[in-house]
Amino acid sequence: MLKDQDRIFQNLYNDLGPDLISSQKRGDWVNTKDITGKGRDWIINEIKDSQLRGRGGAGFPTGLKWSFAPKEVGSRPHYLVINGDESEPGTCKDRDILRFEPHKLIEGCLIASFAIQAHVCYIYIRGEYFIDGQKLQAAIDEAYEKKLLGKNAAGTGWDLDVYIHYGAGAYICGEETALLESIEGKKGQPRLKPPFPALIGLYGCPTIINNVETIAVIPTILRRGGKWFSSLGREKNTGTKIFCISGNVNNPCNVEEEMNIPLKELIEVHAGGVIGGWENLQAVIPGGSSMPLIPKEKCETLTMDFDSLMAEKSGLGTAGVVVINKDQDIIKCMARIARFYKHESCGQCTPCREGSGWMWRMLERMAKGEASKDEIEMLGDVTKQIEGHTICAFGEGSSWPVQGLLRHFKDEIKKRNKFDPIVKEKKNIPYLVDQHLLDKNA
Amino acid sequence: MSLRKPAKNQPENFEFNPSSLEAAKKIVDKYPKGKQQSAVMALLYIAQKQNNNWIPLAAMKHIAKFLKMPYIKVYEVATFYSMYNLSPVGKYFIQVCTTTPCMIRGANKIVEACKEKISENESELSNDKSCSWMEVECLGACVNAPMMQINDDYYEDLDKEKTLKILDKILSGEKPIPGSYRGRINNEPENNRKTLMDLKNA
Repeated sequence: MLKDQDRIFQNLYNDLGPDLISSQKRGDWVNTKDITGKGRDWIINEIKDSQLRGRGGAGFPTGLKWSFAPKEVGSRPHYLVINGDESEPGTCKDRDILRFEPHKLIEGCLIASFAIQAHVCYIYIRGEYFIDGQKLQAAIDEAYEKKLLGKNAAGTGWDLDVYIHYGAGAYICGEETALLESIEGKKGQPRLKPPFPALIGLYGCPTIINNVETIAVIPTILRRGGKWFSSLGREKNTGTKIFCISGNVNNPCNVEEEMNIPLKELIEVHAGGVIGGWENLQAVIPGGSSMPLIPKEKCETLTMDFDSLMAEKSGLGTAGVVVINKDQDIIKCMARIARFYKHESCGQCTPCREGSGWMWRMLERMAKGEASKDEIEMLGDVTKQIEGHTICAFGEGSSWPVQGLLRHFKDEIKKRNKFDPIVKEKKNIPYLVDQHLLDKNA
Repeated sequence: MSLRKPAKNQPENFEFNPSSLEAAKKIVDKYPKGKQQSAVMALLYIAQKQNNNWIPLAAMKHIAKFLKMPYIKVYEVATFYSMYNLSPVGKYFIQVCTTTPCMIRGANKIVEACKEKISENESELSNDKSCSWMEVECLGACVNAPMMQINDDYYEDLDKEKTLKILDKILSGEKPIPGSYRGRINNEPENNRKTLMDLKNA
């Protein structure tokens, strides 16, 4: 288990209070001036050395992302945008940072803004977190009052304004370009990339977008050194991470742990074990709903980091661990996730808009045992047709969990759905080809 | 995609009252000059708050004029995001999360409780017209599942009995205390905490 002194979020459970004075006792805002005094190249290099990867799901190296911002500020100002649109089912880590460690986030905003030369920072918070956003606003007001923000913020010589922008219940706005559209006051529909936001982002200006957790760990990394951070976890998967363990466990909780921690330890030690014992475990969704599930056999030895989960054809995502035990109907669980994606598709790309509903309807029927045998292959086909054919990664996010279900629980679906195919003849007609275009004699 | 339609009965006029107007001006100032369109989401919230928790078409027109942007762009935004209510809801608007992490911990029991206490169907006003409820997608408190949101507050770690009690309180006009209903503090593992113990005892 990670030593307590190596935990970055000391106030994860609000033992100490989120206000400025308590935060300063924990080491926030202590020598911000010295950190920025070392220069932006030093900051970016230190973050690169720490091998910090973005905590929002994709795991892109943060130092590298920052280095994409133009070196000189041209005619267009730079912006820093913080993504707090935490909506991935199974994930609730950013909420705790917003309400209990707001000063870590605000200080991170200042340092990151300095590094990428931004004078304005927008924090995008999902609309449902209104109360938590108000707590962050109180912390921002406190920081303004103590001259930690505004002109010559915290004595660093850098001017920074931080504003909160509330979302309004759209999962897709967690996608970085959709988030920018949303801040610009439009529908949250993702943009095509390239151009990447680092060059053309908010209002057409260079913009760096980072997750709340990524920014909140920055000040601690710079204080304790990139070497310290990279000594935790393993190569390319370094540092600590807040894991959210929910579902059928005895003590669902948020906990900050080292990367590469065994999944079994996370569930057995921190979350008090699976309800009904380890033997009652059916499957685990390791990183929020868009990551394919992992069956029990593999959970024994699995370690939680970006690369080892990738090797299992899943991913760490946001580290929202959803534990599903044998009392649950796994097909129904996945059908509900498919319904989530059907509801949240922004409707811009046809494969996703039509496919997400299609997958949901098929899974609902499969859960009831009303599907025909051939539909199982068809479902797999549909997921393949969505994946990679959409503007943003929502297509992957909606089809991967279904692929995971098909990969590990196909037998279960087959056992339940025994109807014969509706079209018995012409078995070799590909499903996704318009039937009337086929040569009738072929 | 969710299907969202404006209400049939629409008021003729809508204008910001003085306090809304002041709040709206403050929000426009947060964004760069000429980018006042960014404020549309926040302004829709203000309109919703002023107008008993729902947004009439007249409010969208008013906001469009206020921000000097086309009405259709405001309409687009209002119909895209699910937190803008386009038809009247109860003064207490109850949203029950039923996405998988809540579902496997028994969110359907909360839905049952809402059906018993408030109305048979979702988005339907209760008998005394004070409440309405709705199933929603993940509210981001999965560790505290199952949970529901009443207006801005989260009620966590529920079961059917506790939900019934909360709903009773609301129907009798009281405001129940938000937070966990299993007596635990925030997101810590109850009775099983293994980390940061020094601070807990401090």
